[in-house]
Amino acid sequence: MKKKCDNLFWSALGHIVKRDDIVWWKAWIIRVLAVLLALVVCGVVTIFLTDLNPIEVYVTMIKGAVGSKRLTWNLLQNTAILLCVSLAVTPAFKMKFWNIGAEGQVLVGGLATAACMIYLGEKLPPALLIPVMLIVSIISGAIWAFVPAYFKTRYNSNETLFTLMMNYVAIQIVAFFTLEWSMPKGSGTPRPLEFGQLPTIFGQKYLINILIVALITVIVYIYLKYSKQGYEISVVGESENTARYIGINVKKVVLRTMLISGAICGITGFLLVAGTDHSLKSDTAGGRGFTAIMVSWLAKFNPVFMVLTSLLIVFLQKGASKISEVYRLNSSFSDIITGIIIFFIIGSEFFINYKIKFNKKGENV
Amino acid sequence: MEQNVALELRNVTKTFGSVVANKNVSLQVHKGEILSILGENGSGKTTLMNMVSGIYFPDSGQIFADGEEVVIASPKDAFNYKIGMIHQHFKLVDVFSAAENIVLGLEDEKGFNMPKYIEKIKEITEQYGFELDPHKKIYEMSVSEKQTVEIIKVLFRGADILILDEPTAVLTPQETVKLFAVLRNMRDSGKAIIIITHKLHEVLSLSDNVAVLRKGEYIGTVKTAETNETELTEMMVGKKISLNIERSEVVNPADRLIAEGLTIENHDGIKVLDDVSFTARSGEILGIAGIAGSGQRELLEAIAGLQHLDSGSIIYHNPKTGEEENLRDKTPMEIRSMGVRLAFVPEDRLGMGLVGNMDIVDNMMLRSYKKGNSMFLQRKAPKSLAEEIIEKLEVVTPSSATPVRRLSGGNVQKVLVGREIASAPTVLMAAYPVRGLDINSSYTIYNLLNEQKKNGVAVIFVGEDLDVLIELCDRIMVIGSGKVTGVVDGRHTTKEEIGILMTKTDKEEAES
Amino acid sequence: MIATIIQRAVMQGTPLLFGSTGEILTEKSGHLNLGIPGIMYVGAISGVAGAFLYEHGVAEINPFLAVLIPLICSLIGSILMGLIYCFLTVTLRANQNVTGLALTTFGIGIGNFFGGSLIKLVNSDVPSIALSKTSTAFKTQLPFADNLGWFGDIFLSYGFLVYVAIIVALVSSFILNKTRVGLHLRAVGENPGTADAAGINVTKYKYLATCIGSAIAGLGGLYYVMDYANGVWSNNGFGDRGWLSIALVIFSVWRPSISIIGSILFGFLYVIPTYIPGISVSSKKLFEMLPYVVTIIVLIITSMRNKKENQPPAALGLPYFREER
Repeated sequence: MKKKCDNLFWSALGHIVKRDDIVWWKAWIIRVLAVLLALVVCGVVTIFLTDLNPIEVYVTMIKGAVGSKRLTWNLLQNTAILLCVSLAVTPAFKMKFWNIGAEGQVLVGGLATAACMIYLGEKLPPALLIPVMLIVSIISGAIWAFVPAYFKTRYNSNETLFTLMMNYVAIQIVAFFTLEWSMPKGSGTPRPLEFGQLPTIFGQKYLINILIVALITVIVYIYLKYSKQGYEISVVGESENTARYIGINVKKVVLRTMLISGAICGITGFLLVAGTDHSLKSDTAGGRGFTAIMVSWLAKFNPVFMVLTSLLIVFLQKGASKISEVYRLNSSFSDIITGIIIFFIIGSEFFINYKIKFNKKGENV
Repeated sequence: MEQNVALELRNVTKTFGSVVANKNVSLQVHKGEILSILGENGSGKTTLMNMVSGIYFPDSGQIFADGEEVVIASPKDAFNYKIGMIHQHFKLVDVFSAAENIVLGLEDEKGFNMPKYIEKIKEITEQYGFELDPHKKIYEMSVSEKQTVEIIKVLFRGADILILDEPTAVLTPQETVKLFAVLRNMRDSGKAIIIITHKLHEVLSLSDNVAVLRKGEYIGTVKTAETNETELTEMMVGKKISLNIERSEVVNPADRLIAEGLTIENHDGIKVLDDVSFTARSGEILGIAGIAGSGQRELLEAIAGLQHLDSGSIIYHNPKTGEEENLRDKTPMEIRSMGVRLAFVPEDRLGMGLVGNMDIVDNMMLRSYKKGNSMFLQRKAPKSLAEEIIEKLEVVTPSSATPVRRLSGGNVQKVLVGREIASAPTVLMAAYPVRGLDINSSYTIYNLLNEQKKNGVAVIFVGEDLDVLIELCDRIMVIGSGKVTGVVDGRHTTKEEIGILMTKTDKEEAES
Repeated sequence: MIATIIQRAVMQGTPLLFGSTGEILTEKSGHLNLGIPGIMYVGAISGVAGAFLYEHGVAEINPFLAVLIPLICSLIGSILMGLIYCFLTVTLRANQNVTGLALTTFGIGIGNFFGGSLIKLVNSDVPSIALSKTSTAFKTQLPFADNLGWFGDIFLSYGFLVYVAIIVALVSSFILNKTRVGLHLRAVGENPGTADAAGINVTKYKYLATCIGSAIAGLGGLYYVMDYANGVWSNNGFGDRGWLSIALVIFSVWRPSISIIGSILFGFLYVIPTYIPGISVSSKKLFEMLPYVVTIIVLIITSMRNKKENQPPAALGLPYFREER
């Protein structure tokens, strides 16, 4: 039996056939082509908006991303944070649990960290304060993720909508505390957090963040690929029926995995507040909770590929904001570029998974 | 008489790849007639009718509707020729009312007028004696009400030829009686009705003529009034075909698994298992025969710890300790930790027994990944097991790292059965283990089951091909509509005997 | 005072009503379009661009054209966004959540970029985008509204888009529940397989519902900038109203008619802190949290009660491909 698919668009051209198998390098050629095509489109858009030589534009972009030592560190640090959120959402996605609440989970982690820094800062020595901050942020992130997971397993609430709403509850709570803590109170200027900042190592402010995220990357990779729990996540995600057949307690796996997902988000909040920003604002997470979903999905939930995809996204954002700075355009230019690139990459997956058989003349499909 | 022919098929043939589903089938149905199409599972009844209703297109042959040759390429075409089919799996939107489902997809030039539609629905229900509230939501309905909606959907569109695929498979005896009354009313008002079935007594009590199919071939049409059960069974099951499956003598049988009074009620209050009791003995293959959907799946899943039992007990005799354990309402993990070595080859291989996107090694781990205290997986043992199975069972695969979904059906089954027997089970349950397999793979599976039997395993084999059951099994338990209708000796039974047992309960209940 | 509060609540609620009506239509086709916030930005900025070019291109503006041009620009911009979403999720079968989120990034980027750079791009010499003339045209109200006291304030004091929002919600409600098109659309979102078997063109319905839904949502952005914000564009001024619209969809259990009340309630929660004496700036933030908390509670209650009619469309977020038969 021929596998056939009717579709408004495709039926005019031919019909599409699912590819059972594609050689890995072919898949990557398609992906790279998509990125190149996207860059061409972005180039055209940029030239249209700035009247500039495209080569110059791309040079500016690269300069903006890695043009100086400071910029390079900045790039790496931003990549690390984005990567960390991506790692956090991945176990849930592998289980087909659409956790789009990372933004809020990161924020409550950051909030918990900031609270510790403010209220315990002067009472505890740094050697004790920092571990306390870490633990509290992990717990907060985990709780924020556990609530939707609990209602999903108990009453089958829609987890996508639930986690989405939790983001904005978190954002408003953080906005509240930011104002409460601001100096002077209510002014909106975030209070600088002096106690409990992560130490500078080897003279590099961001190095500790990067090292921690590198460690988390390795742990998540190993957890998903080599641990029994990671295996259970894969089975539940692939087929709940099989999970039932071999006796996996699906609800337990969902709750446990969301706790892990939220915990890593909490750590990200901790890194952002204690390691990078040394302050807390309602946009501290900066939309990374959403970008991370795309990073994780583009990397096919593989932590190693995620290093590449998060680097790609951050590189584009930094490069594009340099362009807008140099040509005195608005900094949101980078969001447009990011959007276009993601459209092309998610579109390219279709050509990896399906083949189009074009209608030959005279053939009746 | 000939002018009354509503639908005629001449020499219709349909093949799927190398499998011939229908071969030169010819039959007629007249206006005001109920025709039964009788045949075992896999005899090609549904495929044949799917060609009439536009789901498949015949390879060769002709179809005549109302005396004219027609080409039916889509369900829409079928409707144009006033042919409507009611499938076994209902296509209804749960949150819609009956009326909304009935008019779904209709194009009516006069505009959308729900009250008028409801009136027309009421007319139809009154005319034929249906019981249906047009405002009732589908999710509040019993299976039989849903079926009514499907039938009215077809009548609403003006069908004069109705095809019903196994309409009574999901109904209680009382509902069946009602359905038959409605079908007779429709016949009396001049509709042509075809029902696909394998239940002899329904054929005898309802239809005017019976067309019999066997393994895709048309055997013949007989008048119901001039035939009887024995003749129809013979036509349906045919002569015994010798398969030369090896069957060793049973050595030292001991009771291993004793099921007592197993009963499961589904959401609609229908008993899918009704007081089922049996004993599986070591060193013996117990066959389970029955029409598809008679409770086989629920029975095996209940033993494997996947189905909740409303009553009954499953007692396992542990050969090592000599202790007795009740497996009722235990989870698969609990059963395993009790030391019960139960292997289960489910019907849905890639959806339940295996994970299609995982490679062979990871699929091997499904049963054993929990072993050991480490939090990490041990892939060494599963890998060598995978390689052992690939070599021993001649699984055709590029490597043990190939996702199982890329393997052919026979190789998938070898991987699954190989894994299940690798745990040295004391009870092995297999549901339709050779369905869809080529001959060589089928014999590989028979041999594996026999090997287990010789090792003293209690094997439970759910099958559909009576020839295989008779040659492979030592004892055969026949179930019909969730009840045990008989247990026969595999060495001395006949296909006719099993065939009659398969439909027995329904008949008694319909008569009482 | 009460009249003023209601008036302001309605004005706050109107963008949400547009957004949620658009998203309900979209979700009824089985598409969870998380690109709605981006689409609303694009709807706003497209209208702004059209108005800007018109206002600065002619000496004397015609009030009718001043409304029509931004309106059409806004619709075109939003529909293009809807088309991107459909092309990726239906035709190229991409994941709905990822596509939607990318669309939001893209759309907010477009809004803020052009909002910030429009003046430079067209080499204009005005200091900022302030479309007061267009805004006046959008805010035109019935001449006798002022003379009717509180009644006029509560019911008649708004620009025409407020009434459009309510009418669109009522019409959508009618179409969904009382017409064949609505029946077919709901079938597509509940059970596309069954809809397909019944001869309904699933692809067509998904495209149409999503694009029309996007167009409606985009009007929410247009209303915000032209009427609510008096024609003054400020980056990120629209805030999280897009997400609030999605919350409103859940709150109104996928019924546009309930959305009307819901939008006013959400608007009320938004403006009420201003009228509570002695409330701190920070506590205002907690009030802004309330709509989300209420939505979560509604979500929990509906899933606990498990009444089929109050659940999201059964095929929401799931792809549908007819592979074989």
